[in-house]
Amino acid sequence: MIKVSNLVKTFGPKVAVNRISFEVERGEVLGFLGPNGAGKSTTMRMITGFIPLTEGNITVGGHSIVDNPIPAKRLIGYLPENAPAYPDMTVRGFLSFAAEIRGLRGAEKNKAIDRVVELCFLESVVHQSVDTLSKGYRHRTCFAQSIIHDPDILILDEPTDGLDPNQKHEVRGIIKRMGEKKAIIFSTHILEEVEAVCSRAIIIDRGKIVANGTPAELKGRSKSAGRVRLKLGGLSGSVAREKLTQLPSVEHVTLLNDDATAATLDVSSKSPNGSLNAQIADLAHQEQWRIIELYTQEGKLDEVFRTITLPDTKIKEGSAA
Amino acid sequence: MNNTWSNIQTVCKRELTGYFASPVAYVFIVIFLVLIGFFTFSAQLGQFFERQEASLAAFFTWHPWIYLFLVPAVGMRLWSEERRQGTLELLFTMPVTPWQAILGKFLASWAFLILALLLTFPIIFTVSYLGSPDIGPIICGYVGSIFLAGGYLAVSSMTSAITRNQVISFILSVVICLFLILAGYPPVTDMLIQWAPSWLVDTISAFSVMTHFFSFQRGVLDSRDVIFFLSLIGFCLFTTSVILRSLRTN
Repeated sequence: MIKVSNLVKTFGPKVAVNRISFEVERGEVLGFLGPNGAGKSTTMRMITGFIPLTEGNITVGGHSIVDNPIPAKRLIGYLPENAPAYPDMTVRGFLSFAAEIRGLRGAEKNKAIDRVVELCFLESVVHQSVDTLSKGYRHRTCFAQSIIHDPDILILDEPTDGLDPNQKHEVRGIIKRMGEKKAIIFSTHILEEVEAVCSRAIIIDRGKIVANGTPAELKGRSKSAGRVRLKLGGLSGSVAREKLTQLPSVEHVTLLNDDATAATLDVSSKSPNGSLNAQIADLAHQEQWRIIELYTQEGKLDEVFRTITLPDTKIKEGSAA
Repeated sequence: MNNTWSNIQTVCKRELTGYFASPVAYVFIVIFLVLIGFFTFSAQLGQFFERQEASLAAFFTWHPWIYLFLVPAVGMRLWSEERRQGTLELLFTMPVTPWQAILGKFLASWAFLILALLLTFPIIFTVSYLGSPDIGPIICGYVGSIFLAGGYLAVSSMTSAITRNQVISFILSVVICLFLILAGYPPVTDMLIQWAPSWLVDTISAFSVMTHFFSFQRGVLDSRDVIFFLSLIGFCLFTTSVILRSLRTN
């Protein structure tokens, strides 16, 4: 549905987006991750046709956003960063405007408005003017605007920003449900959100894609991925470490914590085939260790995020100082 | 084509509901009517009664000056407010071309100004009660006044696209409109003619709204005057579109 190829955007001498290419199909929810100023919003603004591209090409549902912007824009629902809305209108008036500009009229329009009002929990504020809304309500009003025409493509710039935990949960639920039938791109700073909602994630740093894969794949790139965490009761940690090191597929054993009640160990495997867990269990059984915890670590997304994007941030901070 | 119109209408309708949602619109209309009434009937300024003639000359004479402040007050928020609120991004990612948006917003404020102007209709009854005025110049005068308001408004649309600050937009717009008045204002042209060649003075005053506005009041609908105002509006709206485009580029 969305095809971005070799996208470049420069602001004067500053390169904001540097040769980004990716595709999003129907049924996919793509998470956009990256530090502040990495080029997430700029990319989204180009896909939605708000700012022109310096180089490259974007097609939305087969229409080029450069040569044929109007049919492309019809397919898109967009929630800009900070969720702007006309302050001098009522929520219903604002949604009515959004519906009309999308070509909805009469009964069809009212049905669309009622649907999004219900979906975004706006019933209690429909007749309130936008500038009297709290941040959460204003955010959901703008979100409601983006889905009023039931678009095939949704572009959401930080859709859960400024919402309370319950509202965040609701919005994630909505995105996930809609993701089954639509192509969705959304940007976020919250990594758990990516795991909860996305079928795929892209990490952007300084205008470049530095990682692209499913959340599980990305987590697999974490150093801790595949390691076995073992917690044993009533046993000296160094004894356990000795025994564990002798196992054929163990590469390294780290003793994390050792006190009178329990010892915690981190075991890394030579090969990532996953049999390590079973081998350790067998060993424990044989030695009659009392196991308190035994599990294979999945890896952490924030760890991956930091290892990929941190070095550059450090360089930048260094040169600024 | 159909789509174009319905988009312009939708943008226009939104803008108008925005005006009337707050008391600003009503306050504006009241101030406009009070000012124009004061200037028309004042014994020092308009001298409506002292003139002893059944015409609206006393009424129309003050339009360029009253509009000078009131039209930029209406137009200053057109684009600066969209920029400040971030709704510009919303509007330009909807399936609307920039031209439809510019025209829709312009027509909305113009319609609002025309409404305020039409509310001065009692003056026609007054002058008809007092004498028997020639209705042609009155209608032409109103048409001219509508064009004058449109011209100023297009200038304000342009200046409001330049900045997010409404005050700056207002001041810039007043300055440009003041130039458009003074270029053909008799006290100024009389001064210019003493040292500048007459062709230059004529060229400059041809750019003035005064020259064209007053020719409407004589009761003649001259196509040159209509074309002047339409091209002023067209030029300023085109510049608005250029400014908005460069905003999005940078």
